[in-house]
Amino acid sequence: MNCDDAGVLLHALIDGELDAGHARELEAHIAACTGCAARLREFQDLRAAMKPATLRYAAPADLRAGIEGKLPAPRPAAVSRRAVLGGFAAGAGATALAASGLLLMVMRADDQKRILGEVVSAHLRSLQAKHLIDVESTDQHTVKPWFNGRLDVAPPVADLTAQGFTLVGGRLDTLDAKPVAVIVYRRRVHVINLFCAPAPGSAHRAAVMESLHGFNVRRWSENGLNLWAVSDLNAEELSEFGEKFQAALRQ
Amino acid sequence: MMAGAIEASDGGKAERFKALALPHLDDAYTLARYLTRNASDADDAVQECYLRAFRHFDTFRGGPIKPWLFAILRNVCHAARAGRVRLVFTGDSNEPPAPPLWREPADTPEQGVSRRQDADIMRRLIGELPDEFREVVVLREINDLSYRDIATVIETPIGTVMSRLARARGLLREAWIAAEGGGMA
Repeated sequence: MNCDDAGVLLHALIDGELDAGHARELEAHIAACTGCAARLREFQDLRAAMKPATLRYAAPADLRAGIEGKLPAPRPAAVSRRAVLGGFAAGAGATALAASGLLLMVMRADDQKRILGEVVSAHLRSLQAKHLIDVESTDQHTVKPWFNGRLDVAPPVADLTAQGFTLVGGRLDTLDAKPVAVIVYRRRVHVINLFCAPAPGSAHRAAVMESLHGFNVRRWSENGLNLWAVSDLNAEELSEFGEKFQAALRQ
Repeated sequence: MMAGAIEASDGGKAERFKALALPHLDDAYTLARYLTRNASDADDAVQECYLRAFRHFDTFRGGPIKPWLFAILRNVCHAARAGRVRLVFTGDSNEPPAPPLWREPADTPEQGVSRRQDADIMRRLIGELPDEFREVVVLREINDLSYRDIATVIETPIGTVMSRLARARGLLREAWIAAEGGGMA
């Protein structure tokens, strides 16, 4: 390998994009070439100085609102309006609607009980099977991108160290037979597993506290995600975690 | 209005689109800020990008949505620049700085000031890179895309991504050293 090739490939090495064969060749070259070794260090320094967190911009709230406002929203009102416009069919339509609504609510309650069980089982499994984390990091900018390509949505990852909840890492798990992201936090000796499942179309739902087999579960929905925080932590502190997490995401 | 063209019956599609695309809004806005070098143009570009992406959501073939979305955003930014000469003359300097996305652990006031200055310098230096180098640096370092995804966004082979990134970091490093040297003098 010559220095020109090495000069390009060392960036791929820094970015973790180099296959094992080229990485070995490059490392051999760098071991023998002080010029290229110095260049590698220089670019590592530059990278360290870039701190992506400070270089990002947050989208203004009115931009978000503007986009959401211009995209069509699902409107139950539009359905009933159409039913009314249907004239004589209106009565039948409304009855069918009410009945299906009832059925939906019953199914939802059953579903939630089953999923609560699944969340607690997954939490237990994660503690027993030494499969708590797939990506170990206290840096949300390492944990969040790790899910890229593994899931359709980027799960929210917040740094809550200052609030007393340490980010430990993340892993993939399954819930309701679908892949979900789990962000793992710790408070003292207590592990908090935060399950994030994409739920397109789900409305914002305020937090509900439940408990099963001695574990507390706080569930809520926002930004098209269903979230469950599960831990053996007491209910007050788990509530606190949920509130801090939600607050961090809104910043 | 563009919104008028969007049918209300697309509600389900819209919800699916929102769930996939809206979590990347900050990332998209960041890219647009660096590509347009201007806050209000970034606003317009991101809005246009999301509406355009929604209209063409049927062409999205699954997988990670970010490269697909960013390719649209990049085209919108380019079109905006091509169509509006005044962009050349409007700088960012008079605008209030946008709040960073995440709050870092608390600093002492002195550390805080110096970190903010470092970040301001780095933002400026990245902003001054020529277009073709600026975009690869932002996509790699700030948006955290893989080489493959960057290649999708800028529509070039991966080899071109690699050589541009090497050149871009070389330029950025020279500018950074010059800025650091100037700061100490």
